[in-house]
Parts: sequence; structure tokens; C-alpha cells
Amino acid sequence: MSFKIASSPHHHNQRTTSSLMQWVALAALPGIAVQAVFFGYGVLVQLLLAICTAWLCEALILRLRQKAVLPRLLDHSALVTAVLLAIAIPPYAPWWLIVIGTAFAIVMVKQLYGGLGNNLFNPAMAAYVMLLISFPVQMTQWLPSVSLQPVALSPLDAFCMVFTEYSCSGFSLSQLQQGIDGSTQATPLDSLRQDLAAGMTLAESLQRPVFYSFAGAGWLWVNLAYLLGGLLLIQQKVISWRIPAAVLAGLAVPSLLFWLGSAGASPSPLFHLFSGATMLAAFFIATDPVSASTTDKGRLWYGALIGLLVYLIRSYGGYPDAFAFAVLLANMSVPLIDYYTRPRTYGHKAKRDLK
Amino acid sequence: MTLLNALLALGTLALIFGALLGYAAIRFKVESDPLVEQIDDILPQTQCGQCGYPGCRPYAEAIANGDDINKCPPGGEATIKKLAELLGVEPKPLNAAQEVAIKRVAFIREDECIGCTKCIQACPVDAIVGASKQMHTVIADECTGCDLCVEPCPVDCIDMIPVADSVERWKWDLQAIPVKMVE
Amino acid sequence: MPTLFQQIQAGTLWDFHGGIHPPVRKSQTSSKPVAQLPLPDRLYLPLRQHIGVAGRLIVAVGQRVLKGEALTSADNSMAVPVHAPTSGVIHSISQHTSAHPSALPEPVIVLVPDGKDEWRERRPLNIATSSRHQILERIQDSGIAGMGGAGFPTHLKAGMQQPVDYLIINAVECEPYISADDALMQEAPTTIVKGIDILCQLLNPKAVLIGIEADKPIAIAALKAACSQREHYYVREVPVKYPSGGEKQLIQLLTNKEVPAGRRPADIGIVMQNVGTAFAIAQAVLDDQPLISRIVTVTGETLRQPQNVLALLGTPVSSLLDFCGFQSEAQQKVIMGGPMMGFTLPDLAVPIVKTTNCILAPTRDELPDNGPELDCIRCGQCADACPATLLPQQLLWYSKARDPAKLQEYNLFDCIECGACAYVCPSEIPLVQYYRVAKAEIREQQREALKAEQAKARFEARNARLEQEKQQRLARNQQLAAARQQTQPNQNQTVAEALARVKAQQAEKAALQATDSAKDHQQILAERELKKQQAREYQAQKQATAAASAADSTLASTSDSSVDSKAAAVAAAIARAKARQADAASSPTVEQTTAAEPTTQDTADPRKAAVAAALARAKARQAGQTNSTMAEPSAIAAEPEQQDPRKAAIAAALARAKAKQSVTATVETTVTEPVAADAAAMPEDPRKAAIAAALARAKAKQSAAPAQETAIVEPAAADIAVTTAQQSLAPDTGIQPDTAGNDDPRKAAVAAALARAKARKAQQSTEHQTTEQQLSEQRDSEESKTE
Repeated sequence: MSFKIASSPHHHNQRTTSSLMQWVALAALPGIAVQAVFFGYGVLVQLLLAICTAWLCEALILRLRQKAVLPRLLDHSALVTAVLLAIAIPPYAPWWLIVIGTAFAIVMVKQLYGGLGNNLFNPAMAAYVMLLISFPVQMTQWLPSVSLQPVALSPLDAFCMVFTEYSCSGFSLSQLQQGIDGSTQATPLDSLRQDLAAGMTLAESLQRPVFYSFAGAGWLWVNLAYLLGGLLLIQQKVISWRIPAAVLAGLAVPSLLFWLGSAGASPSPLFHLFSGATMLAAFFIATDPVSASTTDKGRLWYGALIGLLVYLIRSYGGYPDAFAFAVLLANMSVPLIDYYTRPRTYGHKAKRDLK
Repeated sequence: MTLLNALLALGTLALIFGALLGYAAIRFKVESDPLVEQIDDILPQTQCGQCGYPGCRPYAEAIANGDDINKCPPGGEATIKKLAELLGVEPKPLNAAQEVAIKRVAFIREDECIGCTKCIQACPVDAIVGASKQMHTVIADECTGCDLCVEPCPVDCIDMIPVADSVERWKWDLQAIPVKMVE
Repeated sequence: MPTLFQQIQAGTLWDFHGGIHPPVRKSQTSSKPVAQLPLPDRLYLPLRQHIGVAGRLIVAVGQRVLKGEALTSADNSMAVPVHAPTSGVIHSISQHTSAHPSALPEPVIVLVPDGKDEWRERRPLNIATSSRHQILERIQDSGIAGMGGAGFPTHLKAGMQQPVDYLIINAVECEPYISADDALMQEAPTTIVKGIDILCQLLNPKAVLIGIEADKPIAIAALKAACSQREHYYVREVPVKYPSGGEKQLIQLLTNKEVPAGRRPADIGIVMQNVGTAFAIAQAVLDDQPLISRIVTVTGETLRQPQNVLALLGTPVSSLLDFCGFQSEAQQKVIMGGPMMGFTLPDLAVPIVKTTNCILAPTRDELPDNGPELDCIRCGQCADACPATLLPQQLLWYSKARDPAKLQEYNLFDCIECGACAYVCPSEIPLVQYYRVAKAEIREQQREALKAEQAKARFEARNARLEQEKQQRLARNQQLAAARQQTQPNQNQTVAEALARVKAQQAEKAALQATDSAKDHQQILAERELKKQQAREYQAQKQATAAASAADSTLASTSDSSVDSKAAAVAAAIARAKARQADAASSPTVEQTTAAEPTTQDTADPRKAAVAAALARAKARQAGQTNSTMAEPSAIAAEPEQQDPRKAAIAAALARAKAKQSVTATVETTVTEPVAADAAAMPEDPRKAAIAAALARAKAKQSAAPAQETAIVEPAAADIAVTTAQQSLAPDTGIQPDTAGNDDPRKAAVAAALARAKARKAQQSTEHQTTEQQLSEQRDSEESKTE
């Protein structure tokens, strides 16, 4: 018999990366369910495709990099990336879109930077931006919520749509996008943007059926579901409250100011908070530990930066929603933020006092 | 007239920026050691002469004048890296084939010492004490392990002994702990 | 706004950043009474059990010691002694596995108890009448060092000169499993308070704050009761959070103050002592019981009866485990200390020392091994847990990159190695281990840098000294040269004249004898050769003198000798000896004795004379052999080798061997014999014998080249070696009176200069070009120069 030598501490809280990632995936479930209900089962097909691609790519690259495959596959970080990307893209986008996107996220953005923990950018968002720039048409073909769709789509239809670009009954995606009135229906954010650009007032625009009440049909519920999941993550201490809070504040404060300043021309803060990918991004995407800031103060700055950028791009940029761009831009500034927000170490004077 | 305006504007700009730069150069001047001092600070100061120069300072001067940075075996790769960083050149592998040895100090087998003082003269850092026909000994704390005293000894009574591991200097190499087998 | 003191009095508690809540698992041991451990077979007492230096050993192997008797004595303030925990016999003093993470062997006293447990005489102090110094001395002599873990000598902390605002008694014991302090507080609260009283007498603080974690209700009640009579003692319950028992963290908890980085709590008017230390102080001062035992928590699920035991210091861990019913499993971890900061033991023979508070033998299910280390995902949980508000993820990054500058920028050295970061790390990275390695490396680098700086300073000082000496010599030479010009007719020339006279005389004699002896053709040739050699030698000598007066040469001492009469005599003797070398060649038998005589008369010191004589003899013999055997080339070849005494020895031996070989039956043998006899007579002195031996060794070292010749060398060679050794040492001895005030290198320089002169001489011999005429011309010019 011999004794085992180990370094202290000999105790661990038994909470591993794997379990953290599982929590993230689990917390996304309500949102996914609501999304499937309101926007069709396409999201489930996309999830399936994304997860399979992610695992395959991860295993392949780990093999090539001569790393142990199983422990890294089981850290579920690839799973989370796949889930986030699958949720983010239009549910009836063609199958190759999600496959290319996921492969890009895992291979180029994550593994080529050195694998988990070394990537500068959020893989899901980098892939999203890549897809958006490369395939703008496919990436913006969101169907309106189920209640507004001219034809009801079954799960089987979802499969057909994703793989053949036609539903089982032979409708194409663009046909399905057409509203009852024959006009193409976009997402609420997109519609609002187009309407405002066309000279309509906010009140007039919000009358359109796509807005349902105020944030868009279905979108409110999806956002609420993600908010629920996000609060669960905070409660489980998987994520810190700082980034989501800062993101939401960064978005809400300017929109509130503009809404108050020019009522009728700018949408309300609530519209901003509960439409598009706001909650998903604030709680699930911006909080990606690897590419986010790691200091307490830094997290606030990082989150606020994302919120502000989202508001600016939504209001003045060329894209209806902007979380992917905002997150990537914030990712870039993380080293700088981290450097200047180092906490004061016990027993050390604050940096100001030093000088 | 337009041409004149343009020239004037450019000239004014040039003047302003020139003044700014000049002010900045004076105001934010970085006082730095002369290069030789910086190089000398990087060298390990064993004064062993293995580089071919009589001591670290002369080698530092030689490096400043363009000699190779890879002639210092006691400093090893770390020193070469630092020198390369300082001088902005590519690090080269160590010139001599010898790998960086474990730290050693000289030890005189005192009953064999004949008191010839040859090692005392050879020691670059005066780390050997003794007098003619008196037994000599090495001040272990001051010895740089340069080997220079070994060769001159006529009776071969100087050994280079590896420095013993102590609790204070232990490097937390848990793998190296011998585990006792029981039963 | 209440002042800080008012807030503290009111019972305000603050909080520190981070911290974790691991399962405490103290109930297995905290509620049981402290068990007395049976006397073990052997006690292993490390000489050093604290931070600082070991005391001086004052017992010998085989000596019987009584319980409480000091085994070492503290001869400086950083040392505290160790004591015999029971009466017994010192079995040995040897190396034994240390109670340190490295498990490196360290010196221990092995004590075999005799079972009588016989106390030495005890002299309790009356604290009311004894002085501060007496109490501090007692604390040091009782071997008390901080019992919380660090082991800092207590008398230094208690003897602090700075004013102390708060004395904090650390009874927090925040690490899971450990309940030793808890047990102590339950069993002996009054003794602890007495110990605190003594500390108060020494430090005179404004208030005493006793910090206990809230999960120890019995201990809190006991201490509160014991402190009830003392109004400025405050027992404070601190919330259960690891590491609230860390010195800095507890200070922050109780006083909201931070110890500035790199400073001590004393600098902000705070002294912290462990509750166990307070108990030990009371025992030492009031009962004169030195620190010979302590309460140790022995726990873990591999034990049938986990409990607190009172163990004698030096008891092997195995005794404690066996006492508590240890059943080991495969790959058992035995941890000294707690699960957060303890270290695993490679061997159960490790003894209990003053800082050991827990022995933990968990099952694998209880404290599972860490899983494989995964990549850091920068989740920042470590930063949230860090009580020092560091950024562990950045430190990890820079530790891996071995970037000491960045590590220090990120305050690596403020890490208290509490393990909170590694506890929460989802990637199961052994962060603390990385930091320890990085710290050890940086410390080593700093040591190296310091050493390099010192080496540089020493090197530069040495160069400066050598340069200064050179300048001094130069200045003196110039002075002398000036002086010489004035006094030359009187002083300087006397030597030269005497030299010349001797030379002339000898030359005359040689010439006479040359005509007298047989006019063999060979002999004539030999004579001519010898005259040439003589001339060359003379010239060489002149040159050496000239070189000395030149600035660059180090032969200054020789030229100085012209002032010093004694040294001059030596120089003359050397010159004479050289001359004689030539004489001896032409008429070996007669000149040998006659030439040697004046030397003896001239030199006052008999020893010097002996050396000179030996030198002369050796030279003579060399020349004699040259003469008789015509083995000139070899002799000349041997000349340059004389630069080195070692080589000279071989050369002499070689020459002699050759001479022997060729002319065994000639007259020269008779010359050689007495010389050999003389030489043989010399190594009576054991020291000389040692030198002879050394030289013999040296010869062996050199034997590679003249392997064949060495084979011919006879045992008598050793004798010659002695002679040659004397010869080589002659300059040293000779010049000693002159340079007595100077140090060795100076002498060495002279020796070197002599060697150089010889070399030059040899060079000239090889040239074979110089004619007598040229020589005489040179001589004339030399003389005119000296005039």
C-alpha cells in the first residue's frame, strides 16, 4: 500500500464545467419550448442539426489536436454553442446554414484559437455574424408567429422545410412569409424599422398585427421564457447578475431617454427589452464566461457596452437586431476592460492613491 | 491664393505638431540606463568567463557592440530570451553544447589542500579564503559556481557539489516526493 | 458617526471579500472529550518546528533527559528551543522525514521514552512580580511558536515595542474537520483567559477581541463565562465562512482594517495570537510547562474513533491513527492539517510538531480526488471566492506563461493559499499549486538576482583592488626609480657589484678549473655551452629586473628588494645559486660545497638558507647532468617547464633519471648522491611530507604526456620532487619579510614573475644564437643603464 500525494485543497465543491454548461442548456429549455410553440417546430430541427454538427466537429478537431476527446466533449461547451446558434437563426432556414454556422463556430472560432477558454469571441455569435453577412436572405427569413402564418406547419413540415426548402404540401418559405394581405411579414423589429423609415408614426406602426400588443406576437413570451431561464441561472450562481443587469440597463436607459424625449418617434424601453433576442442575449449569450469580462466592475462595463451598442444599432444601424454585433464588439474590448477594472487587492491602495 | 492658403495651413499645422512633439519629447522623456548597464543586469554575474570575456561586464560591452547573445552557459535559455527581448533580436540556442547544469558550488576537500593560493587567485568573486600554506575554504554563499578554481588546483582537491535541496528552496514538485510503500 | 472603537465595542462585524462554505464536518470530533495518547515507542523531535532558525543542540546521544528539559537552546531571537516531551534517553540524532509538504529529511532528535515521565524541576513565574523581560524570556525558553499554523516565534509578537490597539485571539478555526481549538476552549477556558491576561500585561492593548466561528456554541459559552470578569475582553461570533480564520481576514472581520501589503498587523496596531498559543503561554509562565504536547484532531471516515487527542510533540502520525482505529484503503490520502490547506504525507513516520492541528485520513468518497484538469473557462468564480480580491484566472494564465513581472503586477504574493479558488474552480484546476510553484520560482529568481548583484559587486571590488595595487606598485616603483638615481652609487650598486664580483670570481675559477681539467673535446664544447648558458641566465636576470622597473611587470617585489637588505640578500642568493649552477657544471665536486657556503652565511634565516641551498643543489645537479651527459636539449627543454612547479618536478625527475641512465659510473653520481641524501633529509617535517604527497599526486595528474619517462623515474624521484617543491616555494619564503604586510596575490605575482623570467630564459636558450660578445655588450649596456 502506498499513500497518495496531492496538492491542497483536497476538497472541491463538485461543481464542474460540465454541470455549469448543463445548467445553461437546461435553463434555455423554457425559451426553446415557447419558441417552438410560437414559431414552429423548425427550431427543434435546427437544434438537432446543430448539436450533431457541434459534437462531430469538436471530436474531430480534438482528435486532430491530439487531445483527450471524451472529457472535453463532456464539458458540454460545444452543446451550449450549438443550442445558442440554433435558437438564434430563423427556424426554417435551410439545413446547410446551421451546419456551416456550427462548424464555423466550433472549428474556426473556438478550436483554432486553442479550444475552450482561449477563444476571443463568442463562438455562436461569431458564427451568427458570419452567416448573416454571407447569407443575408436566409438569415432574415423569419416567419411570423404561428397565429399569423397562413398555413399551419406540422413537425414533419418543419423537417421538409429545413431539408428541402419546401413544406410537405409544397409551400416555399417566401410563400409562407407572405401575410394574408399578400405583403411579406418581417419580425417586429424589422417591421418597425421599415415603417419608421417609410414615414409612419410609432403608433401607426404598432397597429400592425405583427406587433400583437407591443413587442410583437410571440416575441414577448419568448423573451419572458428566457428571462425565467436566466433568473434560474443567476439563482443557481451559474452566471453573475452583473452582465445581464448591465445589458438590460444599457439598453433600457438610452431607449427610455429617447422615448421620453421624442414620444411617438422612438419605441418604448419595454418594447426594446421584450422584443428580438434581448433576454436570450442578456442572460445566455453575453454571459458566455470565456469571452466576457471576468472582473466585477468589468462585467458591468461589458454588459452596459453591449446594451448601448444594441440600442445604437437597432436605432441607427443597418440591421434590425444587433446582439451578435454588439457582443462581438464588446468581446474585443474585454482585455482592455479587464485590465482597467482590476479589483483592489486586499492590503493594496487603490490605483488612484498610488499616484 | 488657394495654394497659399493651403501652404499656410499645412505649415501652421506642421509647426503646431512639431512643437507638441518636441514638448512631449522633453516632458515625457524616459530615463533609461545605458544599454551596457541593462545587458549587464541581465547577465548572471557568475564572472565565469565561459563567454570568452573576462567577466560579465566585458561580455555585456561586447554584446552592446554586436557580439552574439548566446555565449552565456550559466544564464542559459532564460538569459538569452531576456537579451533577445531587450535587443530586439531573435533568440539563438545556447552556443556551447552544454545544457544548463544544476546549480553547483565549489567545495575544497580541506585535508588535501596544500595552501597554494592558486584557487584564490582564480576566483573572480573572492569567494575563497585562505593564506599561503594555510588550508583554503570556499564561502558557499558567495560562490557563483563558475568552475574557474577547479582547473588551477594542483592537487585536484576542489569539487563542484550540487546545491542541496532545502525546505526553504523547495519548488513544490509533488511528483518528486518519494512515497513510502507500506506492507 | 461612531468611532471605529465604539463600533467594535458595540459588536459590529464587517465582512471580507469572497470566501466559501465547504461542509464543516466537525461534529464527529468536537463533542468528544480529548483523549490522552499512550506513550509511543519513539519520539522524533525536529530541531526546528517553527518559522525561523533551529536552536543549538545541547544534548548528546545516550544522554538521559527529563520531561520538559530543553534539548536545544535558543541562541538568537529567531530561534526557539525544543523540549523533551517525556523523560527518556536520546537514542540518536539523525535525518527524518519532515512535517513539511516537501517531506524532505531534516535533523531530528530521536528520544526513547523510559516510561517514568519524570519532570525536571519546575519554577512557575509569579506574573505580578516578574518583569516583562522575564516573561518574554520564559515564553521563548518554553519553545512557544504560533500554534495556528505558521509557527512564528511568539515571544517576538508578544514583545512588540509598537503600541497595540487590539489584541485579537484567533479561535475561529474555520477549516473543515478541525476541532482542536474548539476542544481546548471547551476543556480549558480559564487557562486560555489567563494566557490572554499575560499577553495583555505584555502588550497592553485597548481591547481584546476573541473571534470564534458561530458554529461552536459550547466554546463560545465557555469563553464568555471565563471572560466575564474582564470588561475589555470581547468574544465575537463570526459567521461561518472559510477562510475567516485567516489572520488578515479576521482582522478585517473584527476591525474593518486591512493589513497593508508586505506589512505586519503590528504596523496597524494589531497583534493576533492563536487561542492554543494563549493556552501554551499560560502553561509556560504559570506552570513552567514548556510546549511539549498539543491537541490534535484525528479524523476522517477511515477511522473508527475520530477524536481529539492530546499528543506529545514528536509522536509519529501512525501512533495517532492507530489509536483512533485507522483502516486504510488503497491510495489512501493522509493529510496533515485540514482539507483546504493541509498537505498529504508520504510516510506515517512523520512526527507531530508544534503547528500540527489535524491529521485527516478521509475515504475516497469523503474527499474525492480531483478530476482531470480542464481548461480555464474564465468563469470568474475563483475571483468571486478569493478572500484577497485577487484575479486567480489571470494569475493562472501568467503562472503558465511563467511571467514573473505580470504575476507580481497581479499581486501573486498577496495570495494566502487558502484554496478557495481551487475549491470552486469548475475546471478542477489545482490553482494553488500553480501559485506555489510560481512563488517558489520567483523567490528563487529573486535570490539569484540578489546573488548576481552581490557577485557583481564582489567582482568589481576585486578588480578595483587589483587595479589599486597595480597603481600603488607603479607609484612606488617610480618613487624608487627616482630614489635609486640618487642613491645608486651607495646602495644599489653594492648589490650589483657584489653580484658582479661573485660572478667574476666564479668565472675565474671556472676558467682555471677548465684549464686544469682534462681538455677533452667534448668537455670544451660543454664548457662553451655552459658559459653561454650562464650569460643567458645573467641576461635573463637583468631583463627581469628591467621588466620589474617597467610599469607593466609584477616583479616589483624583486626590484624592491634592492632597498630591503634582507630581500636583497635573497635575490642575491638566487642569483648566486644560478651562477653556481654553471660552476657546478664545470667542477661539480669542489664548487658544490664552496658555493653553498656563502649562501648560508648571507641569508640570516636558516630556513631560507635551506631553501636556497636546496634550490642551488637542484640547479647544480641539473647543470651537472647537462655537463656530463651532454643531454643539453632535454635539459633546455625542461627549462620552460619550470614555469610550473609541477612540471618542474617532472623535468627534474626526468633529467635525473636520464643522467642516471647514461652515466651511472661517473663522478657525477657521487654528486647526485649527497644531494639526494640531503633532499631526503628534508622531508622530516610532516607538512613537507604532505606537500611531497600532494606533488606526487600532481605528478600523477600530469603523467599523461611523459608517460615513458615517468616509467624510468625511480622512487628517489620523490625526494627530488621535494627539492623542486622547495625550489618553487623559495621565492615565497624569501620575499615574505618584505611583503609581510601584503596579501597572497602579491606573493603569487612575484612567483609568477619569476616563472616568467625563467620562461624568457628558456626561450633564449632555444634560440642558441647569442654569442658571448653580444652578451657582454648587453651586459655593458645594462650596467650603463643601471648607472
